[in-house]
Amino acid sequence: PPRSAPPATRRAPPPPPALGPRAVCGACFCAAFEAEVLHTVVAGRLLPPGAVVAVGASGGKDSTVLAHVLQVLAPRLGISLRLVAVDEGIGGYRDAALAAVRRQAARWELPLTVVAYADLFGGWTMDAVARSTAGSGRSRACCTFCGVLRRRALEEGARLVGATHIVTGHNADDMAETVLMNFLRGDAARLARGGGLGSPGEGGALPRCRPLQLASQKEVVLYAHFRRLDYFSEECVYAPEAFRGHARHLLKLLEAARPSAVLDLVHSAERLALAPAARPPAPGACALLDGLNRGRPRLAIGKGRRGLDEAGPPRDGEPERAPAPEAVPAF
Amino acid sequence: MCQVGEDYAEPASEEPPPRQPGREQKCVKCKEGLPVVVIRAGDAFCRDCFKAFYIHKFRAVLGKNRLIFPGEKVLLAWSGGPSSSSMVWQVLEGLSRESAKRLRFVPGIVCIDEGAACGLSPEARAKTLAEMKLILQTVGFPWHVVALEEVFDLPPSVLRCFAQEPVETEGAYKAAVDSFLQQQHVLGAEGAGDSPSLAQGEEQLSWPCTQDPQNPQSPDRPPTAAQTEALSRLFDSVKTLTAKEELLQALRTHLILHVARTHGYSKVMTGDSCTRLAIKLMTSLALGRGAFLAWDTGFSDERHGDVVVVRPMREHTLKEVAFYNHLFAVPSVFTPALDTKAPEKASIHRLMEAFMLRLQDQFPSTVSTVYRTSEKLVKAPRDGCAASPPGPRCLLCMCALDIDTADSATAFGAQTPLHLSQTQPPTPPPTAPCCSAGMGRVQGCCGGARPCEREDPRACVIEQLCYGCRVNMKDLPSLDPLPPYILAEARLRSQRYQRPLCSGSPGGPWGGAPAGPLPTQLLPQGLHRAADPGVPG
Repeated sequence: PPRSAPPATRRAPPPPPALGPRAVCGACFCAAFEAEVLHTVVAGRLLPPGAVVAVGASGGKDSTVLAHVLQVLAPRLGISLRLVAVDEGIGGYRDAALAAVRRQAARWELPLTVVAYADLFGGWTMDAVARSTAGSGRSRACCTFCGVLRRRALEEGARLVGATHIVTGHNADDMAETVLMNFLRGDAARLARGGGLGSPGEGGALPRCRPLQLASQKEVVLYAHFRRLDYFSEECVYAPEAFRGHARHLLKLLEAARPSAVLDLVHSAERLALAPAARPPAPGACALLDGLNRGRPRLAIGKGRRGLDEAGPPRDGEPERAPAPEAVPAF
Repeated sequence: MCQVGEDYAEPASEEPPPRQPGREQKCVKCKEGLPVVVIRAGDAFCRDCFKAFYIHKFRAVLGKNRLIFPGEKVLLAWSGGPSSSSMVWQVLEGLSRESAKRLRFVPGIVCIDEGAACGLSPEARAKTLAEMKLILQTVGFPWHVVALEEVFDLPPSVLRCFAQEPVETEGAYKAAVDSFLQQQHVLGAEGAGDSPSLAQGEEQLSWPCTQDPQNPQSPDRPPTAAQTEALSRLFDSVKTLTAKEELLQALRTHLILHVARTHGYSKVMTGDSCTRLAIKLMTSLALGRGAFLAWDTGFSDERHGDVVVVRPMREHTLKEVAFYNHLFAVPSVFTPALDTKAPEKASIHRLMEAFMLRLQDQFPSTVSTVYRTSEKLVKAPRDGCAASPPGPRCLLCMCALDIDTADSATAFGAQTPLHLSQTQPPTPPPTAPCCSAGMGRVQGCCGGARPCEREDPRACVIEQLCYGCRVNMKDLPSLDPLPPYILAEARLRSQRYQRPLCSGSPGGPWGGAPAGPLPTQLLPQGLHRAADPGVPG
């Protein structure tokens, strides 16, 4: 009996051997991975033709894979790429990572721009922030600062190079950790913003997206392995103190009990329905810097706007918390 | 540190508040009594104030939601565990109070005997049942003890949502209360009283049944050995504890729903505490149920339409429940559950519970933070059980399906449920997604070495499940052991929607021409030659 012709767009999802029942060779895996990123970008209309795309490049595996794949896909998508690296001023960590980025930029022949916190933010490096926020004897809150400042720095770097879009290398594991973390910390505002594929860019900011959002960490690592990509794999010196560590630990446990946990969490994150945030958005870089400069760094991450005007730390047992930026892993 | 915006706290050392607990400390509320329990951030309560606080919370949760109308029949789901026992006790006390503050609904208790699913011996089950009956008789409400095996007798209609009139307005609630009170007044002084038996008296007034609360309404029919065997077989065939837990919950819900509908209960109360709900929220998140969190953990769950599930214990922490039950001798019965004594990593549920409780030790606001976030969840508009639901509902959990026809997130490496039972790698990619766009990145159930007719019923069931239930189904290799009502309803629905499922040509197994905007997918005819329309499964 006659068989109907296969539809042209049908392709197999690329589970790496560790995850799926099918075995694929390295080349097919990479091809499928690239096809999926292409599909994500095209179906989500994330990067239109003609876009000048600033790739947040940290030297780590995610941004390395991201830049590599986008370079492969650039002709098909009709986009051009610029690498933007952020120097947070973390001694013994960021300098080594930046060396990796420089090597990669040379290899890919892509223009690289490095923006430093010290230049953008009036001399504040992360090490200085860490010292400033550590003074009270409690654990550091520096990751909170770093996340916000880095976003701002990336924005600045992207504008410097004339970009129209910003992409970062967040993968599915990152998204899963984020949703877990946001619930554990009660960050309803962040949750309400949703886990969609990208943000259109609020208040004049450049649109951002995360083309690797649907790839699991394992797939990213494997891709980097098969393509023999050179990346920097050490952890930020401040990472052990970040709350994200709890969420990451939980995620690994969940994954062991159920391999699809990461994707299940991403699915959940995409479909959350929270009341739209009634309070003002999270304090941006300006507010944080203001706090730092005044010698009261925790003000801006306390109870919202009030924190800037009032003295004293937030009270215990307060039910409402101002949304503060989450600790975002170095991308 | 746990909370957004809060300073990082040193573990443990920050936890006790500045107040020095000493011999001189008095109850924070009445300032007189000697404290017996410390709740929340170091508030020490004396016995009486704690009792008042506990009871007040229960009634406040009910009162502010205004969902339970006077005279309404409410089924209390009692597992024997501390939280549901406490809830039953609260209802008992609440019904016997002075008239002004008295709870005004008509209670019944349902208790599901899940022993077969948990692998208990008949002797152990009988012993537990006997203990439960003692308590049930003390409480005195009409009670229904139902063995889980009775799911094999459920009708397919239990899976349907019956559209309900729009939720009563605030005015209507007040009017109902007023008219009820008037009625009581007209009936004279007998309306006021303290004993539970008067609750029965009122019941007879508003609900003309002559049942004696000492006898169960349904005959106490023990399940047949065949049914017990079938239930064991079903649960044994589920490969992971996570999926077993979820299946058990689904079956339990269906059974309770059935009891409620059969006996005219329009509300069901479950004893989920704050702690349990926080854990449940995180668990549901991990299971892919992010779209349904508001129903899974909110105060009210109207997904079934005519029967609404409410959770009056949702603001009580497990610690408060435990202390209350201890101080005021609330009886409860321990029944082993599916995951009793299971190792921590055995299931998502156990993992999440262990994680949350550990984190709670370090950051004492964990549970309350998660709970408070859950209060901000809204029921997304696409669920309109008040109106007739526009979209299809999950066959098992009865929430509106959360899988879009448009490509959804889980594209990378997504394992489609249809491949579950295939142990050998499929042959070259199949020709077409045969189960319509609703499946997203489905390979098509006809790909692979297995003959298609074996796949049809499975594919048709899977397609009617939400994302979370589909993932669970992966761990159930064969649908055969499932109780018949599930498969029957699946078949009915697929025929009703007349989807071109697995039908190579008009007049195929599942019905004639496709209706609606669904594209007709023509399938290789050869694969369906053997499919016989009349043969189930």
